[in-house]
Amino acid sequence: MASIRILLDKCTGCTLCVKACPFGAIHMADRKAVIDMAKCTLCGACAAACRFSAIELKKAGGPKKDLSAYKDVWVFCEQKKGVIQSISFELLGEGRKLADKLGVKLCAVLLGSGMGDAAGKLGERGADKVYLVDHPSLNSYQDDPYTEVLVKLAEEYRPEVILCGATTIGRSLVSRVAIKIDAGLTADCTELDIDLKERLLLQTRPAFGGNIMATIITPNHRPQMATVRHKVMNEAPLQSGRLAEIISKAYPGEIFASRTRLLNIVEEIGATVNISEADAIVAGGRGMGGKENFSMLEELARVLGGAVGASRSAVDADWIPYSHQVGQTGKTVVPKLYIACGISGQIQHLIGMQSSKIIVAINKDPDAPIFKVATYGIVGDAGEIVPALTREFQRALKKRE
Amino acid sequence: MNIIVCIKQVPNTTDVRIDPVTNTLIRDGVESVINPFDNYAIEEAVRLKERMGGKVTALTMGPPQAEKALREAIGLGCDEGILVSDRKFAGSDTWATSYTLACAIKKIGDFDVILCGKQASDGDTAQVGPGISAHLDIPQVTYVKKITEISDKAATVERMTEEGYDVVETPLPCLFTVVKEINTPRMPSLKGMMRAKSAKPLIWTAGDLGADPSALGLDGSPTRVVKIFTPEARKGGEMISGPTADVARELVELLKGEVI
Amino acid sequence: MDYLLTEQQTMIRDLARKIAQEKIKPVAAHYDETEEFAWPIMKILADSDLFGVNLPEQYGGLGGGIMDMCLVTEELASACGGIALGYAGTGLGTLPILLHGTEEQKKKYLPDIAKGKKLAAFCLTEAEAGSDAGSIKTTARKEGDKYILNGTKQWITNAGEADIYTVIAITDKTKGIRGASAFIVEKGARGMDFGKKEKKMGIRASATREVIFTDCEIPAANLISKEGMGFIVALKTLDTSRPGVAAQAVGIAQGALDCALDYSRTRVQFGQPISSFQAIQHMLADMGTQLEAARALTYAAARMADSGAKAMSKDSAMAKLFASDMAMKVTTDAVQILGGYGYMRDYPVEKYMRDAKITQIYEGTNQIQRNVIAANMIKETLKK
Repeated sequence: MASIRILLDKCTGCTLCVKACPFGAIHMADRKAVIDMAKCTLCGACAAACRFSAIELKKAGGPKKDLSAYKDVWVFCEQKKGVIQSISFELLGEGRKLADKLGVKLCAVLLGSGMGDAAGKLGERGADKVYLVDHPSLNSYQDDPYTEVLVKLAEEYRPEVILCGATTIGRSLVSRVAIKIDAGLTADCTELDIDLKERLLLQTRPAFGGNIMATIITPNHRPQMATVRHKVMNEAPLQSGRLAEIISKAYPGEIFASRTRLLNIVEEIGATVNISEADAIVAGGRGMGGKENFSMLEELARVLGGAVGASRSAVDADWIPYSHQVGQTGKTVVPKLYIACGISGQIQHLIGMQSSKIIVAINKDPDAPIFKVATYGIVGDAGEIVPALTREFQRALKKRE
Repeated sequence: MNIIVCIKQVPNTTDVRIDPVTNTLIRDGVESVINPFDNYAIEEAVRLKERMGGKVTALTMGPPQAEKALREAIGLGCDEGILVSDRKFAGSDTWATSYTLACAIKKIGDFDVILCGKQASDGDTAQVGPGISAHLDIPQVTYVKKITEISDKAATVERMTEEGYDVVETPLPCLFTVVKEINTPRMPSLKGMMRAKSAKPLIWTAGDLGADPSALGLDGSPTRVVKIFTPEARKGGEMISGPTADVARELVELLKGEVI
Repeated sequence: MDYLLTEQQTMIRDLARKIAQEKIKPVAAHYDETEEFAWPIMKILADSDLFGVNLPEQYGGLGGGIMDMCLVTEELASACGGIALGYAGTGLGTLPILLHGTEEQKKKYLPDIAKGKKLAAFCLTEAEAGSDAGSIKTTARKEGDKYILNGTKQWITNAGEADIYTVIAITDKTKGIRGASAFIVEKGARGMDFGKKEKKMGIRASATREVIFTDCEIPAANLISKEGMGFIVALKTLDTSRPGVAAQAVGIAQGALDCALDYSRTRVQFGQPISSFQAIQHMLADMGTQLEAARALTYAAARMADSGAKAMSKDSAMAKLFASDMAMKVTTDAVQILGGYGYMRDYPVEKYMRDAKITQIYEGTNQIQRNVIAANMIKETLKK
């Protein structure tokens, strides 16, 4: 079985590994590192940090299959009601870079019903090939048929990399697929790169709520699968007229069988509300003072073409529904602009928004932790400042028209 | 109705602090708690039991200290706890973790519903729940925000999506991962806590599970961490002060090139 | 300070603290503002078994005593003195049954109280009988296997919300206070009504109403102890419950002190946190010391009650007197530390100050407590 040990002749007692261990499992004794096996999870952070190759992490066995048989970068293109979702274009943009580095083709995978035209357009977003499976049962996402089809495709065509959006659909789907095809899967990546020597996908993702970052590889399994966070990668540019080879696949009916049945799709969130899609979010917390004051946030969000977010305490106080909650127990958002109004900035909230490009914080308390992450801070009453901002933005936007 | 709720013990994020000098996680004094999302799964499991009768088994994989999480779960109304714990599980990624838990669930045998939190607050992967259902080859519904109907054979649930929700009907047994919206977890009860104090969670090792040793722990994990680093802490920026109107004008001016 | 709580008491305190901080604190201002009765919180306390901490196990309780109840009351009061009173008022209303009830009465009423399915209330005070409880006018006349109650009880905590009322009424006018008796009246009894809800200065989340009896018929089996024992029952009940008022005062003071401490560390004046000024430091030191002294006296009295002490009027009066005077002072000082902010309703300290005031008044004004303490002291000297 796998094991880890300190090579005492190489260990210099530098304590780099002690600092690197996320589980507090290493301490120094007689100026050498000692691993507490009760705490160690074999995560490998210490071995990665050691500059003297003094930590040996052994793993039984090598690859079980011929890795060289796997090639191409795949992007699972998510569609809803026949419309390809913007996350798919982000993945095609990133996938293109990876495929070029590996010197392979970029392939889009599209499942749906009546998606022929849409498939044809994916070439314009950089895909060299499109695997299209068109069947009425694939009209809307369901776990069973989507899993079965993607498994079949991956088994037949053996991609080297599969990328998928870290959306509710993506996370549910590829988690199952990875088990069935014995592949490695890394969730919610924010950065991808290629180690060309080993043809490895370097997958970097936040953990512990974004307090640490981890880079993860899949050395002995293929495909290397990753879900990618929405709004982190840039969309593939549109290249009009660029064509992709369409490979239409048909399967026998039982592949499309589903044990669960989708009875209804209910859309309750308006265009101004889907906070994970919005480029600008105006968020309110307990400092807004009451439900009635959220209308001024909506007004500002409307002017900015954005959405309204909220801290947990505002949601718990019933000022706004849970679907607006940003943070650890709510949504993680990465808008271009995040305006935090009357939000003190508890760690649980920061986890959900600190990757936003620009953060504006408005708070009465000059010592509120939110100011520590804010690009621009304003000490004052959000009730006064927000309406003033709305007016200024309106004026500025009018001028441009 | 036999209900299994899978939980994970995680460091309490409220306590997570970054050492400003070394830029590393400060772990001293960090309390271990039940993953916040799993509390909703536990509550839903107990509510299902209250509605349908039957038994709730809390299942966790982790070091011996994770027994505390099971006791807490019993204090909240679960009937028994099973801790899957072995050095051989060390280094498990989500593939090996879901395999190990699936083996434990097979050993438990009889179940109608498996409940998991939508994701764990330390790893945030949301992969273990679907992984378990894939290993067991049972249907799943993720991000469940309401169980509207349930019988011995089937359930109708609402699955949260980015735009709203889907109404999904599923036969049982089925695995559900649940979101916060599904319920408000109850406070522990004193009688439950006393029961928890005297409860003895079962402890199963790799040998007890009859699992394929090559699929466990680091060996059974396709992925490997090669680097862990702390992202550069976001620095506080510019403070804007002055009369409200001036402040608003200045901010809009600053944002002009960037977002509007 | 370590009060050497048992493992069970530590568990009770920690759970009460968790509920107070996570569930009560966020809604305290709301209930203070609306003066609604906090039923959702009562439900949480019930489901968590907190109503049963001081009741015997054979009636569904946890087998603890007054000390356990004080721990809960204190924690709840540190978040909201009014909500804590819904809990403590039930404890008070239950005591006559617990201390003097028959086995049948205990079996009938205690399990529902332990589960929190029913709240209780204690009815002694009348318009003309406050500190002078001996001049109550409510009567109970025996007719066959029934008692007929007439009269009006005033300022009854939990009235209208509770299901079980323990009532002191005169059964024999000729015997003065030896003519009083204690009864159990269930909500819904014919001839039982409630007055309008009183508007109070503090503890506004608690319900205070008149309880009006107009030829109210109750079964004779609802007599607690014997006819003529009413004042013995009432005095013993109050002696036992006073540590609870003290605990409520300690909790309120703790809540205010915590706010003041937090505020003093973050409020910057003259370029530094105000906690660095000796003027503030000395106030905080006095508040903390007086609070701890009151807590120690409260716990000592509560433990005395649980030890089965026969005479504890003086000791429980001392705890109630000292803790409530302390609470008034500490909460007033907390408002002072917060200055202008402290006077505003945006911060909770003015509420703590309003809530504290009642603890100097009810279950015997502090003037009456002093009478009791002095009388007992003098009596003890005579015995020597």
